[in-house]
Amino acid sequence: MAELTADITATPKKRPRLKVNESVFAWLLIAPAMIFIGVIVAWPLVETVRLSFTNANLGGEEWVGLENYRELADSRRFHQTIGRTFTWMFFSVCLKLVLGLIGATLLNAKVPGKALFRVLVMPPWVIPIAIGMIGWLWLYNGHFGILSGTAMRLGIIDGPFEFLAYKNSAYWSTVVADVWVGVPMVTLFFLAAMQGVPTDLYEAAYVDGASRWYRFRRITIPQIFPVIVSMMLLSAIFTFNSFEIIWILTEGGPRSATTTLIIDTYKTAIGNFKFGEGAARAVVIVILLSLFSLTYLFILNRLNKRFGSK
Amino acid sequence: MMDRYPLWLTAFIYLCILVFLTFVLLPFFEMFMASLRPLEHLFRSPYQFWSDDFSFRAYVQMWDTVPLLGRYILNSVYIAGMVTGITMIFVIPAAYAYARLEFPFKNLSLGIFLGVNMFTGAVLLIPLYRVLQTLGLLNTYWAMIVPGIAFLIPTGIWLLRSYLEKIPRELEEAAFVDGASRLYTLRRVVLPLAVPGLIVVGTAIFIGAYAQQFLFAITFNQQRELQPLPAGLFEFVGYQSVTWNEMMAAALTGVLPVMLIFLFLQKYLVAGLTAGAVKE
Repeated sequence: MAELTADITATPKKRPRLKVNESVFAWLLIAPAMIFIGVIVAWPLVETVRLSFTNANLGGEEWVGLENYRELADSRRFHQTIGRTFTWMFFSVCLKLVLGLIGATLLNAKVPGKALFRVLVMPPWVIPIAIGMIGWLWLYNGHFGILSGTAMRLGIIDGPFEFLAYKNSAYWSTVVADVWVGVPMVTLFFLAAMQGVPTDLYEAAYVDGASRWYRFRRITIPQIFPVIVSMMLLSAIFTFNSFEIIWILTEGGPRSATTTLIIDTYKTAIGNFKFGEGAARAVVIVILLSLFSLTYLFILNRLNKRFGSK
Repeated sequence: MMDRYPLWLTAFIYLCILVFLTFVLLPFFEMFMASLRPLEHLFRSPYQFWSDDFSFRAYVQMWDTVPLLGRYILNSVYIAGMVTGITMIFVIPAAYAYARLEFPFKNLSLGIFLGVNMFTGAVLLIPLYRVLQTLGLLNTYWAMIVPGIAFLIPTGIWLLRSYLEKIPRELEEAAFVDGASRLYTLRRVVLPLAVPGLIVVGTAIFIGAYAQQFLFAITFNQQRELQPLPAGLFEFVGYQSVTWNEMMAAALTGVLPVMLIFLFLQKYLVAGLTAGAVKE
């Protein structure tokens, strides 16, 4: 030990030089990725902000100041869109968390075949969302989908029911499809967290005569709480950004019942070529997302302090 | 002992798992059933769950009805493959830097990378369209590859970093002592040891790249021969007379490549992706 310390102190002059080298080397390694992200993400982001102050369209662009934002602030439809985005997100995230928790608990049970069940949960996470949605399109079809068909057979409904044709049912149908896409990831993260809970905690509680439910409530939930919070915020961000699901199922219809901020932005900018107005909406999205992320980081920090993760 | 369930509970668990899996797998089941049904029976009214003449004919006919189907699948694989390869080139050095080196703005720059994950392409489409136009990449494969890379770099760095952190530092230090340069150590000591991690991260990126093509394809590419599978199929939905059974067969065939890769590596993939959820 004495030798080691002597060894380190023997070369004090070399250290600062090595540090500079290390920093330069590190930045050289990071630079390519940074530059790429800069060109493809950061610069377009700045450009979006600039465009939001113009009336850019196919014909050209003119500086209009805060005009686009003023329009959004006055537009009742836009307020409704924001409200709808948040309720849509709220329902979807809640369902994902509840189902994810139930699913993870089930998959964590020590029953024969659990390895197989785990694999069977994953497909929605792996395949392209667009392809899964083709399946849901069919499921929701009133005339030949299994849902409406079975309901008719059972006598619950008289005629074919088109899930995507009515405002309310389309809204909930897209929520369910979004939950379907998100549940596997949430389930597997919860499962991984549950498996990381030290077994001696359960054993101690068991010896003390705690019931299964009690152990779940007082050991599992508190132990995986940080992961629950992470998943809540991550799913919130994913759901907020969810585009393909709604776009393929309803394109935001019927009568805007499923138009969320992302869909509205896409329709305005790409569908109607109103780049300026679309950019203003995109900026609103970026601001809201940043607020989410800051909340996320803030809560994560608090949790880390409280639960003492290293 | 603690984990032994009474019989009724085991039965209840299985029942719940069955319900849960039904929800997760129902669309696939429905797609498969639809693909087996002869076209004239698809639209039969009243609804019939079972047809007596299920056949795999759609799986043969689809190649004629959608002449570009094979091309779409190849496009998907090609785009995802290119995205994976190039992303790894960016990710490996950066992940190494975050795993091993100390440098100014380390946390800040990592935060910036992860911040990218916050956005989907949808927010940036307008300027991105112009960037790609300026670079002359619209309506080429690159229009779908380039944005794909940007949105997968952060995930890649994050995943690979945690892998590299697990490789014992002593090995590198031994190489340094022997006079190896940093780059040499990275190439000859760290990378060979990281091969399993590289495979897992590469697969995760491939699956991500395969899944995310839709938006970029419908926005930045109008050339039908270059379309990846999801976009190609979606265009097909708009046709006058959709042969739905073939469409379902095509969709299922199209996800086969990723499903196979995934099945082989699922154990490592899930462990790698959920690593953050487990306290060490």
